[in-house]
Amino acid sequence: MELKTPIYDYHVELGGKIVPFGGFLLPVQYKTGVIAEHKAVREKAGLFDVSHMGEILITGRDALANVNMLLTNDFTVMEDGRCRYSPMCNEEGGIVDDLIVYKIKDECYLIIVNASNTDKDFAWMTAHAFGDVKMENISEQAAQAALQGPLAREIMTRVCRAEELPEKYYTFTREMEVGGIPCLVSRTGYTGEAGYEIYCAAERGEELFRLLLEAGKDLGLIPCGLGARDTLRLEAAMPLYGHEMSDEITPAEADLGFAVKMNKADFIGKKALEEKGPAARKRVGLRITGRGIAREHCDVYIEDRKVGETTSGTFCPHLNHAVAMALLETSSASVGTSVSVDVRGRRIEAEVVSLPFYKRA
Amino acid sequence: MELRDNVKYAKTHEWVKELGDGVVEIGITDFAQDALGDIVFINLPEVDDEVVMETPFCDVESVKAVSDVYSPVTGVICQVNEELADNPALINESAFDAWIIRVKDVKEHEDFLNAEEYETFANEEA
Repeated sequence: MELKTPIYDYHVELGGKIVPFGGFLLPVQYKTGVIAEHKAVREKAGLFDVSHMGEILITGRDALANVNMLLTNDFTVMEDGRCRYSPMCNEEGGIVDDLIVYKIKDECYLIIVNASNTDKDFAWMTAHAFGDVKMENISEQAAQAALQGPLAREIMTRVCRAEELPEKYYTFTREMEVGGIPCLVSRTGYTGEAGYEIYCAAERGEELFRLLLEAGKDLGLIPCGLGARDTLRLEAAMPLYGHEMSDEITPAEADLGFAVKMNKADFIGKKALEEKGPAARKRVGLRITGRGIAREHCDVYIEDRKVGETTSGTFCPHLNHAVAMALLETSSASVGTSVSVDVRGRRIEAEVVSLPFYKRA
Repeated sequence: MELRDNVKYAKTHEWVKELGDGVVEIGITDFAQDALGDIVFINLPEVDDEVVMETPFCDVESVKAVSDVYSPVTGVICQVNEELADNPALINESAFDAWIIRVKDVKEHEDFLNAEEYETFANEEA
């Protein structure tokens, strides 16, 4: 049985095409369509309901010790108001989920996890908890909107005090008012554009969504669905759990080595990752040069030898061509390598390109 | 949904128009293009390919997914709308004008619906 976010009724009112996703009912697009919504975010601004994401609060004297044991990144040196990305590994070095840690203050961390993994992550974290620590799954109490695009800041300044907005990427303001609603606002996002993720109490979620849309209407702000969310993140080469990451893919293979600190005393999966050595396969970007669109789980060949598989793929509205991310043997993964991708029985030419496919100016 | 009276409909959401001289024109309905969303690619078949009633003859890709297009008739393709190769969005713009193939030597066809019957059918499916 799928859950509804606090903004569900408003999506229906706006004409959203509702689909099940990660245990929730959300719009895949509105009447504008995926392409127009994608372009709006690249050129003006778009608003996403991301209330389905999970929020887990970890507090207590041993909060940092627990966070550092659960996650591969190092959180020892971190200022209040900062965000940091990390994979969370299992004992074999595979990835349980990827997430972002917000340091509220010492002994208090807010962790944002993927919607489809919230229950799994919370069970995992609590099963591995030790010492003086409290872990709370507060997902149902929070609503979240993501305002993304070059005009996002201008729109926000119409409904809040500009000096309170977080300026640097991966920072957040813990308490500020947006249209009179108390919110946590972070300079984060999953689109490759500048923008904000805005958290408030669930019961004010619809009010927040409405007032942001109203504030940005004349600038071209439109609501955007999951379809555009996926094409945008893919264009920006941002990995998605269940595609580029899974419990059988290590951070090094997913090209997330930057978020793994092997010089930490210990973390779950460290031993396994040490024993594995350098990755035999890695995540690459493919630009499809032939005619067709590769999606996930397409075999990738060099001549007649299979060298890997795609993990995601789509047609990119902004770039106007198809792209895919794939997990290929490291020896075949250099930029410029010509490959062919099996799309429903047909081989389509593609080329390994450097990531991201799109980077904002 | 847009409907036209000068075509017949298949339950798999294609329309068929008789052009005379035993040639028919085939496309997908407005209901279908709306359900698919923005079409970004169409895998067109070739002239002289055979098509078989109730069997897919090409596929159409929207941003999110791929869908098969079924032939309502058995016959031989005599023309393919090459315009769609570079501009598949024409199907979204005007589904009944953006024909996909023209078929000759039509041997048999499935039972068609008229506009009214199709509208009822499509609304029930939605």
